[in-house]
Amino acid sequence: MLDQFPAIVVAVPLIASAICAIIRHQTVCWLIALIVCFISFVGSVFILGDVQSGGPVSYAMGGWAPPVGIELRIDELGAYVMILVSLIATAVLIYGRQSVKAEIREDLRGYFYAMYLLCLCGLLGIVITGDAFNAFVFMEISSLAMYTLIALGHDRRALAASFQYLIMGTVGATMYVIGVGLLFTLTGTLNLVDMSDQLAPQLASPAAIAGMAFIVVGLSLKVALFPLHLWLPNAYAFAPSVVTSFLAATATKVSIYLLMRYLYSVFGFGFAIEQTPIPEMVLLLSVAAIFAGSFTAIFQENVKRMLAYSSVAQIGYITLGIAIANATGLTGSLVHIFNHAVMKGALFMLIGGIALQIGTVRLSDLAGAGRQMPLTFFGFVLGGFSMLGVPGTVGFVSKWYLAIGALENGWWWLVILLMLSSLLVLVYMGRVIEIAFFRERPAGAPVLSDPPKAMIMTSWVFILACIYLGFDTGFTVGVAQDAVSALLAGGGR
Amino acid sequence: MTDLSLLIVASLLVPTVGAFFIASSGAKPNVREAYTFVTAATLFSIVFIMLPSVMQGARPATAGFAVLPGLTVQFAVEPMGMIFAMIASTLWIINSLYSVGYMRGNNEKNQTIFYTCFAIAIASTMGIAFAGNLFTLFLFYEVLTLSTYPLVTHKGNDDAKAGGRMYLGILLTTSVVFLLPAVIGTYYVAGTGDFTAGGIIPANESPLVIFALGALFIYGIGKAAVMPVHRWLPAAMVAPTPVSALLHAVAVVKAGVFSVVKIIVYVFGLDMFSGSGVTGWVVYAAGFTVLVASIIAISQDNLKRRLAYSTISQLSYVVLAAAMATPLAIIGAAMHITAHAFGKITLFFAAGSIYTAAHKTEISQLNGIGKRMPFTMAAFTIGALSMIGVPPTAGFLGKWYILSAAMDIQDYFVLFVIFLSTLLNTGYFVPIIYRAFLKDEDVPPSHEHGEAPWPIVVAVSLTALGTLALFLFPSVPLSLAKALVGLP
Repeated sequence: MLDQFPAIVVAVPLIASAICAIIRHQTVCWLIALIVCFISFVGSVFILGDVQSGGPVSYAMGGWAPPVGIELRIDELGAYVMILVSLIATAVLIYGRQSVKAEIREDLRGYFYAMYLLCLCGLLGIVITGDAFNAFVFMEISSLAMYTLIALGHDRRALAASFQYLIMGTVGATMYVIGVGLLFTLTGTLNLVDMSDQLAPQLASPAAIAGMAFIVVGLSLKVALFPLHLWLPNAYAFAPSVVTSFLAATATKVSIYLLMRYLYSVFGFGFAIEQTPIPEMVLLLSVAAIFAGSFTAIFQENVKRMLAYSSVAQIGYITLGIAIANATGLTGSLVHIFNHAVMKGALFMLIGGIALQIGTVRLSDLAGAGRQMPLTFFGFVLGGFSMLGVPGTVGFVSKWYLAIGALENGWWWLVILLMLSSLLVLVYMGRVIEIAFFRERPAGAPVLSDPPKAMIMTSWVFILACIYLGFDTGFTVGVAQDAVSALLAGGGR
Repeated sequence: MTDLSLLIVASLLVPTVGAFFIASSGAKPNVREAYTFVTAATLFSIVFIMLPSVMQGARPATAGFAVLPGLTVQFAVEPMGMIFAMIASTLWIINSLYSVGYMRGNNEKNQTIFYTCFAIAIASTMGIAFAGNLFTLFLFYEVLTLSTYPLVTHKGNDDAKAGGRMYLGILLTTSVVFLLPAVIGTYYVAGTGDFTAGGIIPANESPLVIFALGALFIYGIGKAAVMPVHRWLPAAMVAPTPVSALLHAVAVVKAGVFSVVKIIVYVFGLDMFSGSGVTGWVVYAAGFTVLVASIIAISQDNLKRRLAYSTISQLSYVVLAAAMATPLAIIGAAMHITAHAFGKITLFFAAGSIYTAAHKTEISQLNGIGKRMPFTMAAFTIGALSMIGVPPTAGFLGKWYILSAAMDIQDYFVLFVIFLSTLLNTGYFVPIIYRAFLKDEDVPPSHEHGEAPWPIVVAVSLTALGTLALFLFPSVPLSLAKALVGLP
């Protein structure tokens, strides 16, 4: 049974998704989804234990030995991302029942849970597979599910947002698959480990370089790395709150995982980072993402959209570690993958609560809501501290590693830029806080209260996690450091 | 862990736990205030139980709690922290008494939040005082900024919002953009951030790096209010007066100059700092602030704003002394921190007393007020004399040591600054005293009133007496200050 976990964490959501689509009863589906997500989470934790004690786990699908058959292969980085994804999926479900009822049409709720599970299946699949084409299949599974989930938003603009994402996501996936095709013609294999071995002597060939370029650009689109982020703000802003909380914390992270997998495991640090201009490009784009994203966030009227632009900036922090290209900086990246998921997940959950209670998430409609929804907005303040990187929160831990990593390269200017970028966070988060606490609630507006217990409590668990993980970094930093040394040594092979 | 290190932990926990009790008893104001007093008294006892051992040379420390490899939260008591903790814990008790009179006398809203945030601010002050390394100092420095923001914006109107923006804007900006890189840089070049006698920055570090770190620290510690990062302090005056008194004359601003002194002594080390070329321009920057802030103070008619600019000027005395980085100058800095705390809280108490009893905020309204409020104005006079540095007030001591230090190294710029600023101090305090006692009241009086409520009068008298007592019995802070620089 234990050996089968790699297959189980992907297969169970897939099957359960079909079951949900057949049953369509919202409570039953919710329960099924919750149990399935939890199973995936438990499975992921077990897999991490396995990886930590005995090295990367390899599972031959259908008994066909790799590289002929499809291999599921999980190293420490993979297990880390799996835990993140399945944990967020579980928490968002506990959180979101009320929110789903409020924001999604009744006859579609059963399908919603089906799509949610399908999306989870796809995301976990990308992480778990050791096969280039299989990764593409899972990428499409998760993307198609996401397009549907986004389109469920009750605002009609959700349809446009979903379509925009569909076009851009498909462009990205196509480029990825072209890249994989090129590499396949060179190596004759789709197994990532095998591909890496075959590729080693012919890395300098134009086909390998072209393949790499296609894959990196295609995945950057999925990652929403500036300036390929255009699909993200609308998708996050108009999707149902539950979906936004889930996607913001997981979808882009998984794509970053796959990008790293190619850069470090397939092409290798010695080639992709040291001999190509990728780090310089990523550096430029990350810094641009951080400033452009935060700056645009300042001018948003819709709080969800504001946080979406903030996500664009935060993705910049994550990719920055790839550009810094030393162990410390890369640790910062990996830690921030987890940390950002926790804090942005928490903030989007709180915003979901606000959407439920107030009915809108326009900034001007939040006037005076702070005192009437104290738990929500106090949580928002703490989440804001974390985004700002106040010491004692997760945001600080990530920034610390990125800054030290930059110093190790002698990049003083980057440290100053990093700190300056925090100030933009202060401006856009501060704007929300000021309006919520210092403006008077308009006369005659209904009296507000904090959202239902399940929502506020789940949000707060994540808010408290922002602080707890800011002090006890044993798990996040510990795993990240192990993963980094594996990546730099050739990628968890 | 020894008993003393348990006391360090207690000094942080007591106000934190107190804050919970205060927050949970909002419905019963008397119970709530009782919690404040019990908490303040307990904290005071804890700090003073530590005193004898520390005077005898004990340096209790807690075990470190590693946040990241190499980055720990750790506390350690050294003489300077002891002085700061004593000042804050002593004045918190008096200030609580004052707060009761002031907040009730002015029917302020949301008093529960006020007392809760106050207790949290004091807890962070203790964290700063007893920080054993740079990271811990930085952590509590930020908590102090954030926990005082609701106090600054307590009134909730547009003025409070604008003041709060300025406050948070400047303090967070400087701390994040300058101080944090300085902290990170220190850990990077020194490999540690532990406060160690003699400094931790390697002696062979390039002068450019030392210069850069020095600049980042001086301007990053916005709470020390060296121009041009001083604007938050006048902005913070929109807060209720007890906040201005304890936090913006004592805890917050002293946290700033305390950090400066501590970093110069324990991170750079006196020898490196004075030999590095950083000294020169920091002395000029601080001297400039001393003079310009005093000149601005003269032109302020609003009493609290005049006091605020006086504070900016006095804080730069400490920075100036610390930057000279000789043992005598450091003693001067430590003594000036102590003396200014008692003097300035007295002045703010008096300003709040006038506001509560007479509803007056401008200096030009104060004609003849000394006859109606003799205790308040007598205390004000003592506080003002201490600012000018006239014996028998505490202010004389700090100035004396700073002057001696300047004579010692024949720094004529410092002598000139102190001479001129003493004249300026006289220029902006004596007219107030003159108005209050020697001018006749406007006819007809705008408002019939007597003294402020008794808790206010008692509080202001106590701190005024403290200012005098410190001049007569300076042995405790003085011997701690000497221990700080390793003199017998």
